[in-house]
Amino acid sequence: MAHVEEQSASRRDFLYVATGAVGAIAVGAAVWPLVNQMNPSADVQALASIRVDVSAVEEGSQITVLYLGKPVFIRRRTAEDIAGAEAVDVSTLPDPIARNANLDADAPAIDANRALDGMEEWLVMMGVCTHLGCVPLSDAGDFGGWFCPCHGSHYDAAGRIRRGPAPTNLPVPVASFVEDLVLQLG
Amino acid sequence: MSGIPHDHYEPKTDAEKWLDKRLPVVGLVHATMTLPTPRNLNWMWIWGIVLTVCLVMQIITGIALVMHYTPDTSMAFASVEHIMRNVNGGWALRYIHQNGASLFFVAVYLHIFRSLYYGSYKAPREVTWIIGMLIYLLMMATAFMGYVLPWGQMSFWGATVITGLFGAIPVIGAELQTWLLGGPAVDNATLTRFFSLHYLMPFVILGLVVTHIWAFHTTGNNNPTGVEVRRTSRREAEADTLPFWPYFVIKDLFALVLVLAIFAAVVGFMPNFLGHPDNYIEANPLSTPAHIVPEWYFLPFYAILRAITFDILFIDSKLGGVIAMFGSIAVMAFVPWLDTSRVRSGRYRPQFKFWFAGLCVTFMVLMWCGAMPAEQPYVIISQLATLYWFAYFLVVLPLLGVIEKPSPQPATIADDYAAGHDNRVSGSGTVKPAE
Repeated sequence: MAHVEEQSASRRDFLYVATGAVGAIAVGAAVWPLVNQMNPSADVQALASIRVDVSAVEEGSQITVLYLGKPVFIRRRTAEDIAGAEAVDVSTLPDPIARNANLDADAPAIDANRALDGMEEWLVMMGVCTHLGCVPLSDAGDFGGWFCPCHGSHYDAAGRIRRGPAPTNLPVPVASFVEDLVLQLG
Repeated sequence: MSGIPHDHYEPKTDAEKWLDKRLPVVGLVHATMTLPTPRNLNWMWIWGIVLTVCLVMQIITGIALVMHYTPDTSMAFASVEHIMRNVNGGWALRYIHQNGASLFFVAVYLHIFRSLYYGSYKAPREVTWIIGMLIYLLMMATAFMGYVLPWGQMSFWGATVITGLFGAIPVIGAELQTWLLGGPAVDNATLTRFFSLHYLMPFVILGLVVTHIWAFHTTGNNNPTGVEVRRTSRREAEADTLPFWPYFVIKDLFALVLVLAIFAAVVGFMPNFLGHPDNYIEANPLSTPAHIVPEWYFLPFYAILRAITFDILFIDSKLGGVIAMFGSIAVMAFVPWLDTSRVRSGRYRPQFKFWFAGLCVTFMVLMWCGAMPAEQPYVIISQLATLYWFAYFLVVLPLLGVIEKPSPQPATIADDYAAGHDNRVSGSGTVKPAE
């Protein structure tokens, strides 16, 4: 056998480190399934996209559906609602950003950016107050939209925060019409 | 165990000798029960036994309740009503368990503030203190998860708000929150895991309680004077201490009877006094209660959470609130190193007494603010109280040790004990046996 220089790290040190490394990997491999089992299960993930038939929603009325465990408001707005919301100067809003998941993150909060793409009539948004997560009441408040009873946030007919402690507009989830009057969320 | 000179266990019978060679369990029990205990312990030293009884009581009633409870969103609320109406004595089991949590927290707060006043956290008892803080954290986690199980409105929305705190953590927050909940919102997956962990954690607490007791049996108890038991001779040690059995066992049991009498009155006559009526409405994700309020024992920390209404540099108010809430407990855990005074007991620290009273008042004020809506003037009061809480631990305690002039301490525990008892004898004369 060729002459081997005695290194500062001996064969035994190497074995210690290698054993320790393999042990750590084995523990990690054993722990990961235990951690991962707590992530959303397949049936929960399957509900990340749902379809809603909105043909029964009359003009000027609203339905609330449960999506991802949270309420979603689907409102069929009247012409007056839309006209009133369009007349608002965006620069005067507490939150001038549209908060629409279908658009760019910095899209301005004009009414067209809040409603469904090209369908001014339909307003779809999460029914969760952006202050502390309460569910706002419809057809209430001083701006012809929603009012949160918990801490008095007023939202207008486009779901934009107008007065009260809520920091942002009600967010618009990913939504589009897949058939005539069948809405897909997610 | 504590280095205090006293009698040690000697196995006498053949059976004892046989067992002692194989498993010295009798000696362990003997050492625990005969532990030399400072003879001047006052009535604030009873909360340990109350806490132990609470833990055992919660575990026993909990195991019984699990036999009738169903952890499923469609059945949880109904199964609690089933316990209340159908199960034999179910109402008592549930009300004892529900109010037992409150008694647990009453006792733990008195126990913690006792230690803060008499300097029980100071060297060499830092490990006892740290373990105690871990137990307290686990107690809060356990109580929070237990409160979700009845699946009432407050269960659901409380869980939504509190798990939302984790969403405020930068970068990983959203994924962490989803992982904790097992979905995008509080739902069945959340309920079942909370149930599993609510069952597990009391046993973890039990293990920590054993190490907590082990730690202070190693150092010996603190006492109201903060003066250490003399270990220099057997005679001096005996002048300072009495064996745990029977002296302190009987005293603790007497106190326990009084505490449990009050507890029984609460369970029997006003079992829902500390609860919220909203929790008798089944959880509904489409409707929020007007005021989401945690149980009373979380209110001080809930107030601190809500007190941070402003951004601090790059930390937004939501994350700031979460940091402040966890930080308010973390500063308590570090108190052994923040308190620079060489005098252990607050009894001999004239300025400390003033600041400590302030801390107690602050705690009560925060509790009150936590129950109030998040409006003025409660916000500003919460902010001032939060400031005091942090200032007490981070500024007052480090500085007081330097600037305060302590009053004289008794040389020994025996002196302190004699002083207290001589006064009483001279006042009342000789005790005559009752007719």
